[in-house]
Amino acid sequence: MALAFDEFGRPFLILKEQEQKTRLRGLDAQKANISAGKAVARILRTSLGPKGMDKMLQSPDGDVTVTNDGATILEQMDVDNQIAKLMVELSRSQDYEIGDGTTGVVVMAGSLLEQAEKLLERGIHPIRVAEGYEVASRIAVEHLDRISQKFEFGPSNIEPLVQTCMTTLSSKIVNRCKRDLAEIAVKAVLAVADLERRDVHLDLIKVEGKVGGRLEDTELVYGIVVDKDMSHPQMPKRIEDAKIAILTCPFEPPKPKTKHKVDIDTVEKFQTLRVQEQKYFDDMVQKCKDAGATLVICQWGFDDEANHLLMNRNLPAVRWVGGVELELIAIATGGRIVPRFQELTPEKLGKAGMVREKSFGTTKDRMLYIEQCANSRAVTIFIRGGNKMMIEETKRSIHDALCVARNLIRNNSIVYGGGSAEISCSIAVESAADRYPGVEQYAIRGFADALDAIPMALAENSGLQPIETLSAVKSQQIKENNPFCGIDCNDVGTNDMREQNVFETLIGKQQQILLATQVVKMILKIDDVISPSDY
Amino acid sequence: MAIERIFKDEASEEKGERARMASFVGAMAIADLVKTTLGPKGMDKILQSTGRGREVTVTNDGATILKSLHIDNAAAKVLVDISKVQDDEVGDGTTSVVVLAGELLREAEKLVAAKIHPMTIISGYRMAAECARHALLQKVVDNKEDAETFRSDLTKIAMTTLSSKILCQDKDHFAKLAVDAVMRLKGSTNLESIQIIKKPGGSLKDSFLDDGFILDKKIGIGQPKRIENANILVANTAMDTDKVKIYGARVRVDSMSKVAEIEGAEKEKMREKVQKIISHGINCFVNRQLIYNFPEELFADAGILAIEHADFDGIERLALVTGGEIASTFDNPETVKLGHCKLIEEIMIGEDKLIRFSGVQMGEACTIVLRGASHHVLDEAERSLHDALCVLSQTVNDSRVLFGGGWPEMIMAKEVDELARKTPGKKSHAIEAFSRALLAIPTIIADNAGLDSAELVAQLRAEHHKEGCNAGIDVISGSVGDMAELGISEAFKVKQAVLLSATEAAEMILRVDEIITCAPRQRENRM
Repeated sequence: MALAFDEFGRPFLILKEQEQKTRLRGLDAQKANISAGKAVARILRTSLGPKGMDKMLQSPDGDVTVTNDGATILEQMDVDNQIAKLMVELSRSQDYEIGDGTTGVVVMAGSLLEQAEKLLERGIHPIRVAEGYEVASRIAVEHLDRISQKFEFGPSNIEPLVQTCMTTLSSKIVNRCKRDLAEIAVKAVLAVADLERRDVHLDLIKVEGKVGGRLEDTELVYGIVVDKDMSHPQMPKRIEDAKIAILTCPFEPPKPKTKHKVDIDTVEKFQTLRVQEQKYFDDMVQKCKDAGATLVICQWGFDDEANHLLMNRNLPAVRWVGGVELELIAIATGGRIVPRFQELTPEKLGKAGMVREKSFGTTKDRMLYIEQCANSRAVTIFIRGGNKMMIEETKRSIHDALCVARNLIRNNSIVYGGGSAEISCSIAVESAADRYPGVEQYAIRGFADALDAIPMALAENSGLQPIETLSAVKSQQIKENNPFCGIDCNDVGTNDMREQNVFETLIGKQQQILLATQVVKMILKIDDVISPSDY
Repeated sequence: MAIERIFKDEASEEKGERARMASFVGAMAIADLVKTTLGPKGMDKILQSTGRGREVTVTNDGATILKSLHIDNAAAKVLVDISKVQDDEVGDGTTSVVVLAGELLREAEKLVAAKIHPMTIISGYRMAAECARHALLQKVVDNKEDAETFRSDLTKIAMTTLSSKILCQDKDHFAKLAVDAVMRLKGSTNLESIQIIKKPGGSLKDSFLDDGFILDKKIGIGQPKRIENANILVANTAMDTDKVKIYGARVRVDSMSKVAEIEGAEKEKMREKVQKIISHGINCFVNRQLIYNFPEELFADAGILAIEHADFDGIERLALVTGGEIASTFDNPETVKLGHCKLIEEIMIGEDKLIRFSGVQMGEACTIVLRGASHHVLDEAERSLHDALCVLSQTVNDSRVLFGGGWPEMIMAKEVDELARKTPGKKSHAIEAFSRALLAIPTIIADNAGLDSAELVAQLRAEHHKEGCNAGIDVISGSVGDMAELGISEAFKVKQAVLLSATEAAEMILRVDEIITCAPRQRENRM
């Protein structure tokens, strides 16, 4: 414990309640941190790659999640250790930024930490290690740029995109029908993509799931699917050429927000108010009708009377539609969200070719399909599956695939997967290491070794001999000067990832290396851990 | 340096073999639990709730049993979930799906012990499931075109479903009931329009299907008890003091006389409303909400039958059968569609008075009145009937039919076995295991019936070696019988859902190599 003394020789307290805190300093602190980081990486290691296993997570409330997605596993893991929390953050930021490769980035960081531990044991200062890693990561990222390939795709040629999405999906439980799902994801992204600006607004893709049916029944709906039904059981279930009024005001008696008081003290007042009320309801419905709407979608509820009036005037309506869905409907149908009945005009109505209600299974689950919209820039992916966990996992997988497709539209460079990019980088970093004078050289070599961890984990998960396979592939890469050799996870018989059509996005890979390096640098720089001790 | 704890206190982590073990054991325990309820001679379970009253449920329905269990094992929860989905999706086969998934995992455990990687097992299972589905598809019979045969198919399916339930004594009767009810729906799968009323007393045989509509309500006092050629207005409106809701108005007066005046105005308003309703030219008025004494009196004066407090489902169904619309405002009587029926009368079932609407325009809804010795019997009868109705309504849409009694499992097992022989590599072990798991279902059916399962299944297998064989287990006589003659059929949709969901669930559990359990959320300690 650090003890300081003041000028009279009395002990001077630096930390509050110093005795109750445990404190780790220097090399011990670093080693403890590294071992915590490694432990997290070890959990995720077996989930990597097409033959990776899933994790089953039980939440505090007893809900079960089965997943293969690194970010999801870490998020739900109930982590207490600070360093482990950093790793969780790491995976999350990869998820936000790229959407895919969340497992890879943690495994990468874990192996960087492992190498750092060895270097620290040799007495190399942590800062020097961190600097060496920094240099090495730059080399690796530049090398990735060199070995990357651009490929062309267009609305008519989506094959390359589909292939890349399939690589992402192949590690998930849904790989049974990865082809279908990959196509759905790519079509969805292309439908909402702005190819000029090279941007995709993923919010426009709604992913909705419903248990039951088979995974193969998953479909892409060019329109919106809302988990709601018509407000009145006798309204028509099918509307063609619908003109949709999108309202955010309730079909209810108005309640001014300002403080008010209406006192009824005479019979006349009572009667006028009553007449007014009736007229009010009538007006509301009439305004919708006057604007030419044939379907009303409302964010709020309906009064019974209004509901009947709508029914009576033959104006189907949907109530309690959520804000996000309302926006999507507005985008898809080209309508405007109208906050007040007075502002309803024919121009503000959305248009859809077909609105229909569809029921599922034996319970009275119904969903509303809004299709053939004026503006098909909003789509819905509607997932079916055997059970709730399956649906949740499919949603996550689809999200990953969507992100990959989006990244490709932003930047159409790809690198080859199956560990080939990592091996190639490792070779490049290794050879560059010799040119650096000083202690950093060791750190750079360590980095190169760490890069081997991903192909190694891939091989291990696929049931291959990890060291044997890795060295064989590495020597093949050097001999043939072919950076596209990787681990043959699916036992296809070739190491060349070009033939196997295993792609990953360039930015995804670069981001993985950069993020992992950053976090490792941060962990290495910590030399003092102060935590309240257990009591 | 020891590895620090990464997780919070009480959170636990199980890895590799141990995790797999935990999930296998959990899943198999669940499967074994419901196993004994499978088949026509399956036994029931008593479930006692931990809530107040310690209510008791006696049931044979897999989904109901599993729903009521408190389970801590994560893998077991997956199985409970698939059974629930099966219930929602097709209604029947909730036990079979869990048993099949359990058997698949049992086989997988042996393979894992023999050092075959779970991923290999999964890919083998997938191939097998696909192959089994094809085998089924080739053997389906579709009688949609022929109304007569289709109806008899439906009856057979209903009888097969019911034969494993409490209703099996009167299955002919109930099968006919269920088929009649479903045929009325005309292809819609909305079972809401079939109302089931349970009245204790009498015996199960006394249950009947009423082609009209029965409302579990009483007729207001002093109002006619029998109306012929009724015009019915179905409404959802407040018939108590009709408040003025606009602008949050409230009553505020300064003298007694004014209160009286306003009260008078209120009454006047109600009288007007009633007058408007009467002016629709009706002689029966059904409201979802309460009808207070004052308007009730007015209705009685006008000779109108007023029924209050019919619940949501009640009025929706009533609107469906009578063809009226649910009204909430009464200003334009000419546009409101009224419901019609030939006769409204009060009937007695047991001790209770009910209102029957018969001779209705639209026959799309109907009522089944269940009678039985006790509440438990009635509850179970309702669940069984619900299963049968679900299956039938699904079959009406997807009219493909298979034989039952273990026949489809044998067909699938045979095809899958062939596939195993053709497939090179380790996968063939998994495919073989799949076929063994399929065979487990007829074995369990036979075991539950107290028959010599090994002998029977072996005989069945031999029978199935011939082309176009219809052999299955005849539980009643305890031998192998011709399913076509015995009239045991099952819906293709149910079998397919069982096969696919069970495989999917088994796959999901197999893929897991680590279980992380978070610390249970602390309940707040209320003193």
